[in-house]
Amino acid sequence: MSEKKPPVWLRVYTFIAYLYIYIPILILIIFSFNTMKLNVRWQGFTLSWYNVLFHDSQVLLATRNTLIIAFVSTIVATIIGTLAALAMQRYHFPGYNASETVMYIPIVIPEVVMGIALLVFFVMIKFTLGLVTIALSHIAFNIPFVALVVRARLHGYDKSIDEAAMDLGANEMTTFWRVTLPTIMPGVLSGALLAFTLSLDDYVITYFTAGPGSTTLPLRVFSMVRFMVTPEVNALSTIWVLIVFIVLLIGQIAQSRRA
Amino acid sequence: MKIYRLVSLLTLLMFLFLSACGSPTSAKLTSKELNLYAWSDYIPQQLLDDFTAKYGIKVNYDTYSSNEEMLAKLQAGASGYDVTIPSDYTVDIMIKQGMLQPLDMSQIPNFANVDKRFINQYYDPGNKYTVPYQWGTTALVYDKTKVPFEPKSWSDLWDPRFKGRLVVLDDEREVTGMALQTLGFDKNSTDPQQLDQAKQKLVALKPNILLFNSDDPETSLITGEAWAGLVYNGNASLAYQQDPNIVYICPTEGCGLWFDNLAIPKGAPHPDAAMAFLNFVLDAKESVLITKEFPYSNPNAAALDYLKTSDPTTYDAYMAFAGTNPSADFLAHAVGVKDVGDATKLYDQLWTDFKGQ
Amino acid sequence: MTTAQATEKSVKKFSLLKVFRESRVAQGLLLISPANIYLFLFMILPLILVTVLSFLSRGTYGDVVFQFNITNYTRLFDPLYGKIFIYSLEVGLATTVLSILIGYPLAYYIARAPARQRSLLLFLILVPFWTNFIIRIYAWIMILRAGGLLDAFLEWAHITQHSLNLLYSPTAVLIGMVYEFLPFMVLPLYTSLEKIENSILEAAADLGAPPWRVFLRVTLPLSVPGMIAGTILVFIPAMGMFVIPDLMGGAKTILIGNVIRNQFLTARDWPFGAASSMILMLLTMVFTLYYTRKAGFGEELLV
Repeated sequence: MSEKKPPVWLRVYTFIAYLYIYIPILILIIFSFNTMKLNVRWQGFTLSWYNVLFHDSQVLLATRNTLIIAFVSTIVATIIGTLAALAMQRYHFPGYNASETVMYIPIVIPEVVMGIALLVFFVMIKFTLGLVTIALSHIAFNIPFVALVVRARLHGYDKSIDEAAMDLGANEMTTFWRVTLPTIMPGVLSGALLAFTLSLDDYVITYFTAGPGSTTLPLRVFSMVRFMVTPEVNALSTIWVLIVFIVLLIGQIAQSRRA
Repeated sequence: MKIYRLVSLLTLLMFLFLSACGSPTSAKLTSKELNLYAWSDYIPQQLLDDFTAKYGIKVNYDTYSSNEEMLAKLQAGASGYDVTIPSDYTVDIMIKQGMLQPLDMSQIPNFANVDKRFINQYYDPGNKYTVPYQWGTTALVYDKTKVPFEPKSWSDLWDPRFKGRLVVLDDEREVTGMALQTLGFDKNSTDPQQLDQAKQKLVALKPNILLFNSDDPETSLITGEAWAGLVYNGNASLAYQQDPNIVYICPTEGCGLWFDNLAIPKGAPHPDAAMAFLNFVLDAKESVLITKEFPYSNPNAAALDYLKTSDPTTYDAYMAFAGTNPSADFLAHAVGVKDVGDATKLYDQLWTDFKGQ
Repeated sequence: MTTAQATEKSVKKFSLLKVFRESRVAQGLLLISPANIYLFLFMILPLILVTVLSFLSRGTYGDVVFQFNITNYTRLFDPLYGKIFIYSLEVGLATTVLSILIGYPLAYYIARAPARQRSLLLFLILVPFWTNFIIRIYAWIMILRAGGLLDAFLEWAHITQHSLNLLYSPTAVLIGMVYEFLPFMVLPLYTSLEKIENSILEAAADLGAPPWRVFLRVTLPLSVPGMIAGTILVFIPAMGMFVIPDLMGGAKTILIGNVIRNQFLTARDWPFGAASSMILMLLTMVFTLYYTRKAGFGEELLV
C-alpha cells in the first residue's frame, strides 16, 4: 500500500486507539509496585512482589509449561494451517466443502464443550493427560485460526506472479519458496501471532486436558486471583510485557542496522 | 587394601540400610511424588515444603475453582491424582458413585486432633473416606457505617434503601437457598411450588443487586460500592481485615454451612504418600499454617490449642470474628447445601430464568 | 528382485510423482490432508462423542445414563432459551460492529505505514494480549469502578464531579468485549489491506477520484475478505463469551455461554449441555458458511 503520509486525523485516531489498548497494561504495571496485598487501591511503593514472584516455584514451572505449549502448538498449527489455506484458496478437490466445514468446527464449538470432549476422548484412548494432550488440543483449535488469516491474505492473490516465475523456468517448489511464500508471509506471520496469543491465554480447554504437574500460567493465575488479587500477578504480567518489549527493541535495532 | 575397601563399603551399606529403617522416610513410603488436586490457593506452600522435607516426596499442586469443576474432570475419567478436597455434598456424590478410596485410619493417627463436632457427618458416616480440612459458613455481611439500619434478617436485603448496593455470590444453590430460607422453607427444598416462590422472591431482589461474584465479593465491600450481601465467611474475614466496620451475621431465618474434606480418589497412583499427606495436614503445627494464611475455620482442635500458645495475637483475632469463629447461636441456624439429585434441574432452570429476566 | 520388477516399481514411483506434479486435485488433497487428518482425530472424533452424549440422560448424581431420548433437544424450545439466544446474538453483533468501526482505521493506518514499521505496529497491538486475560479484566475493573481511576481522572480534569457508575453496566461489558476482541479484527483486516497494490490506488487517484471515493470504491471492497475473517473470529467467540459479562457486567444477565457452561460445571447435566452446544454450533456453522459463501471466500475457485 501507499507510503504517503496518512492524514492528521488518522494519526491522532491511531494514537488514541493504541492508548485504549495500553492504558490497562500501564495500570497493571503501576499496581505491581503496590504495597496493598488486596490490590484495589494505591497504598505505597514496593518491589517485594517481584521477590515473591521469583521465589514462587509454581509460577516458574507454569511459565515453562506455557511457553513450551505455546511454541510447539504455534509452529505445528502454522504449518498445517498454511497448507490448508493454500489448498482451500487455490485448489479444488473432492470433499472441498466437507473440509471447509471441518475447518470451522474448532471456531464454532463452545470452549467448555471442546474441553470436555477432548478430555473424554483422551481418557477413552488411554492417553495420559499432561503437556502432550494440552499441546495436541491447542494445535487443534489453532489450525483454523491460522488458516482463516492466511486465506484472507491469499484471497485475490495474483496468480500471474507465480505463472511468470514458472515461465522463467522456476519449478513449482522454487516458485513456492521464492515467490508465493514471501508474498503471503505477512498473513502467515499474523496467523502465527494469533495462534501464539490464543495458546498463551487459553484457560478452559487447557484446564480439561491438563494432567498432574502440567499446570500452565492461565490456570495458575486463575487460581491466584480466585482467593485474592495480589500484586504478584501484576508483577508477572509486567515481566512478560518487559521481555516482549526488549525482544522487540533488539529486533528493531538489528533491522535498522541492516538497513 | 582391598579388604579395607570392602569392609568400609559394607559398613556404609549397612549404615544406609539402618538409617533407612530408622527414619520414617523410606520405611513405608515407596512413592516419590504426590499429585494434589485441590482448591486454588487453599494449601500453604510452607506446608507442602515441610511435607517434602520430611518425606522426600515432591508435591504437584494442581487446582480447581469449584467442586463441579473437579467432579467434571474426575467423572470423565481423568486419573493420576492422589489427594483432592471435595466439600460436603460433593463427598456424598463421590461416595455414591464409588469415586473415593476408603482410608486406613491406622495410618492417620492425627485424626484424633479433629474436634469431635466435625466428624461423623451425614455425607461420610464414620469417616470411612474423608477427614475434615476446613469449614465455614455463608451468611449476611454488611458495612455498619454505610447501612442506615441494623440488618437482622435476610428480608432486610429487600429494603429499597439497598437499591444497587448488594453483592451476592454467583452460586445458584446458595442464593436460591437464601430465598427459600427467607420464605421459611427448607434450604434444600425440592418442591417445585416452593422453588417457584423462591424465584419470584429473587426477581424482586434483582434491583438491589449490584453484582454477582463468587471470586472476590470482598473487593466491592472494601471499595464501598456494595454495602451488604451474601458471602462466604472467608470473604467476610478478608473484608474485615481491611475494614473493621464489616459485620458478619447469621440472619434469623438461618444461613449456610460448609465443610471441606481431604479424600483419596480411587485409582490414586501413590496411595501411601496420600495417607501420609492426610496425616501430615492434621498435625497441629502444620494445620496452624493453614489458619494463619487462610481466613476460614479450622476443625483441628489441637491446632487451635497450639495457636493459642504459639501466637496469641492471631488466635485472639481468629476467636473474635464471627467469620472464623461463629458462636453456637450462629451455628444453630446454619444449614448446608445438599445434593438434591434430579431436582438439580429445577434449580438450574430457576437460575437461568431468574438471570434471564 | 528381478529387473522387470525394479523397472515396474520405478515406473510406479515416477507416475505417482507425475500425478502430484500434474494433477491439481492431487496437489490440493496433499495440502489439505494434514489439516483434515489432524482435525478428524482431535476434533471430529471427540465431537461424535458429544453428539452421542446429547441423546443420553442425566443420572441422579450427575452421571451420564445410557438411555436414549430427545428431551434434551425439546427442552431447548422453551422460550426462555430463545430469549437468551437472542440476547447473546445482540452482544455478539454489537461487539463485532464496534470492533470493525474501531479496528478498521487502525488496520488501515498500519497497512499504510512504512514497510519497516508495519510489523512493529502489528506486534504492539498483540503484546498486551500476552499478559493474562483475567489480569487485563481486573485492570479494567480498577479503571471503571465507581470512584475508580477514570472517575478520579475526570474529577481531576474538572470534567465531572459525579461518578459515571460505568462498572457493572452494559457499557462496561462492551468496553471489555471490544478490548479483548479488537486484535482478532485488526489482524485479518491488516492482512487484506496490506496487499492492496499502491498502483491501483494511484490509478484511481489519477483518474480524478477524491480520496473518499478511492476508499469506498477500491480499498473497502478489496478489504472485504479480511472483514469476513475478522467477523468470524470476533462474532462467534463473542457470542459464547461469558467471563467478561460476568466480571464487568456483574453477572446480572445470562448468555448462551453461561447456559452451556452451567450444564457442565454447575447443574452437571452433561447431556443437556451437549444438546444445547450442538444447536449453537449448528446455528453458527450455518451462519458462517452462508456468510463466507455469500461474500465470496471461495469465489475464485468457482470461476
